[in-house]
Amino acid sequence: MTPAALRVPAIDDDTPELRARLHAIWATTPGWKGWFTTVDHKEIGIRYIVTAFVLLALGGVEALAIRLQLAGPDLRLMTPEQFNIFFSMHGMTMIFLYSSPVLSGFSNYLWPLLLGARDMAFPRLNAFSYWVYLAAALFLYTGFLTGNGPNDGWFNYVPYAERQYNPGLNQDFYALGMVLLGISTAVGAANFVVTAFKMRAPGMSIDRLPILIWGTLTASVANLVVVPAVSLAFFLLWLDRQFGTSFFRPAGGGQPLLWQHLFWLFGHPWVYAIVLPAMGMVSDGLPVFCRRPLVGYSLVALSTVATMILGFGVWVHHMFATGLPGLSLSFFSGASIVITVPSAVAVFAWLATIWTGRPVRSTAFLFFAAMILLFVIGGVSGFMTASVPVDWQLTDTYFVVAHLHYVLIGINVFPVVGATYFWFPKLTGRMMDERLGRWNFWTMFLGFNLGFLPMHLIGLFGMPRRVWTYPAEMGWSALNMITTIGSFAFAIGVLLFFVNVAKSWRAGALAPADPWGGSTLEWALPSPPAPYNFAVIPTIASRHPLWEEALDENTPRSTITRGMMLDTGKETVTTTPLDAIPDRIVEMPCDSWAPLLLAVALGILFVALLLKLWLAIALGALLVLGALILWLWPQRRLLEREPAHG
Amino acid sequence: MADAMPAAPGPLPVGPVGRRGLGQWGVGALIASEAALFAYLLFAYFYAAASARPGWLLEPAPKLWPALPNTLLLLSSSLVAWIGEKGVERGRRAEALTGLIGAFVMGAGFAAVQVYEWSIKPYRLGTSSYAALYFTTTGFHMAHVVAGLVILAMLALWVALDFFSPRRRIVVSAGVLYWHFVDAVWLLVFATYYLTPYLGFAR
Ligand code: HEM
Repeated sequence: MTPAALRVPAIDDDTPELRARLHAIWATTPGWKGWFTTVDHKEIGIRYIVTAFVLLALGGVEALAIRLQLAGPDLRLMTPEQFNIFFSMHGMTMIFLYSSPVLSGFSNYLWPLLLGARDMAFPRLNAFSYWVYLAAALFLYTGFLTGNGPNDGWFNYVPYAERQYNPGLNQDFYALGMVLLGISTAVGAANFVVTAFKMRAPGMSIDRLPILIWGTLTASVANLVVVPAVSLAFFLLWLDRQFGTSFFRPAGGGQPLLWQHLFWLFGHPWVYAIVLPAMGMVSDGLPVFCRRPLVGYSLVALSTVATMILGFGVWVHHMFATGLPGLSLSFFSGASIVITVPSAVAVFAWLATIWTGRPVRSTAFLFFAAMILLFVIGGVSGFMTASVPVDWQLTDTYFVVAHLHYVLIGINVFPVVGATYFWFPKLTGRMMDERLGRWNFWTMFLGFNLGFLPMHLIGLFGMPRRVWTYPAEMGWSALNMITTIGSFAFAIGVLLFFVNVAKSWRAGALAPADPWGGSTLEWALPSPPAPYNFAVIPTIASRHPLWEEALDENTPRSTITRGMMLDTGKETVTTTPLDAIPDRIVEMPCDSWAPLLLAVALGILFVALLLKLWLAIALGALLVLGALILWLWPQRRLLEREPAHG
Repeated sequence: MADAMPAAPGPLPVGPVGRRGLGQWGVGALIASEAALFAYLLFAYFYAAASARPGWLLEPAPKLWPALPNTLLLLSSSLVAWIGEKGVERGRRAEALTGLIGAFVMGAGFAAVQVYEWSIKPYRLGTSSYAALYFTTTGFHMAHVVAGLVILAMLALWVALDFFSPRRRIVVSAGVLYWHFVDAVWLLVFATYYLTPYLGFAR
């Protein structure tokens, strides 16, 4: 039978019979087979989040080891070489394996629910992106466990990273691991971009998107074009080390600064990529607890995009101390100062939302509100280092360590933990413990400030970052001890969070569909949602589909219980990019082995490259090719080929 | 309050039709990312060249033979691939096969000449940063040519198996689009390495 080229989608109510039909079509195969082949964005999202939290814990343990070594003067708990590996592993883990993937995880889980979609645009690509992330994490940690972790800091400057100075496999693990991780990030970003433009429910025009969508979309557009820069940089470094090229080696006419340009061309937009989605979480979550819509929606959405556009123009501020021409410094310094404006817009919007709302002080609210405070502190210290003369004083001191933790922990970890309290009921069907939540919050908040505020002072007193130890005469000992105590307190706070998650997941109170009285679509679904998300495709008429009655806006109402059924296959609908008018019925792929196979093939290829085993490299490449062909082989079910033919 | 009305679209296309569908967006995103990759490679060249000492260019006047005819060969293969796509669109299988296989042969010819050119260069990968950039950039491009050739070969196979129709052919359009991209990028690589020295850049 040839499916018709055109069809008028049938419209009906959300009924139990319809749900039963859809369930049979959409559910992942049960058992281990389904575990390996699933393409359900909810399953993949949870995996991303859990894996990222495991890596947060690992990176945290590394940080505690660093803090122990620095707790007092002249300690000898680790050797200098071990210390190098530990702080580099810590930075690399936190930046690349935790901060970004955890946000991808939340976005993977939440996007289709927020958008009124049944899945992401490319479900198999989504699964692939997770598997490659896992492979890269395993790859990098294999290096660490065999004593070959990165050892030149997370931004890995040449010439230290060149083979002459760094003969072990450390840098080769790091370089190839990052190229592998780059594949995961880039395909994930592509998936988000296409999903944002094509998979929204009818009526969800571009001015009705939740801010989390804006945040992740902006970050993804950036990632799509900047991740190749760092992948390339690491690949060239690997060539320099293994094949005697001289991209970064002055002896052969190379340019050490080229590394820094390529790295920060990527690195700075990336820093925004790991905060903008988290800011989106706050922009969407905070208003729910303030019982009012976000103040200044359009401004916040615009400032999200503006931050990223400016973010492309500030990379050189990481290189103020490298002897670049003065004019160039002034330009980038100016851009770095201007970029605080859109960030300030967001801060004022949140404050105004709290001010004019009726705040409900749940744990999630506390985390979101604390984020604003930490953001301001981190922002001010960032603003200070955006000024060239100040930067010359402060660069490479603990002041910078303090700054980057206020930014990263403040704008990534706090919102992410808050988001977990907020969305946990949706993800698992259970509530998290609020009482433990208070303990969790206050330990994290006080511990963090106790540990990291004094670091500003230590920096001003001149303690460089990345030093293995310091003599007692410097007078830094007391502050360092306080910092270490604070770090442990913070770590205990994070531990309480994990305990709460584990406990609540097993035995938390059962969650209703909408425990917080939320405004966006995900709260219209049962907790946890069914495999197909929406039994009928919702139609959106406002920015707050669930608050229309409460806000009593005199506008058309959204409909969530009646709409297109699309139940004759694993179907959903795509819409136009701006106005979200339905334009096509699409078949979605079922469970598939191809993503896992391709990821495994890539893993083999990269291990072979690391060891330079030519036969294995050839085999790995062939496997990659085979997996790709398997994946892309045109399928009748997906209507990629004509059933009547062939 | 206005009435709640679910969106009730008229007849919608089912699945990818012609060249349009989600797959087209996917290839678009892939191309954007890969174009960025080449942009960084060329950035690396211009950055190194602009800050290098005189004599950095190992070939101040790059020989245009056989590079220029080879470039024309690759560019015209795009046209031939397009004819192949049109063949599928019109339901003419012979035309489609001729186009796809023709493009494959021309692309393979390009790759062979390029390998020959590598072999006659008086410098090797490790000679200097110029040499490293030259071989790496053209090498990256070669990797894309090889990927494109595999795609063209698979498309030809699938057309031979009669998979497609004028309606269901998004795979062909996506693959051919990728081939156009590979060819367009070469034009930039060629212009950078073979033509800018004649404009006096980095000489
Ligand atoms: C228990 C929590 C944490 C503690 C105690 C901690 C402690 C530290 C310390 C002491 C350093 C400086 C090492 C040195 O320069 O010698 C450092 C570096 C760093 N931390 Fe953390 N950190 C924690 C959590 C985080 C988190 C959550 C992130 C990111 C999301 C992060 C990102 C970084 C980065 C990027 C560096 C720079 C690494 C480098 O110099 O290459 N840290 N951390």
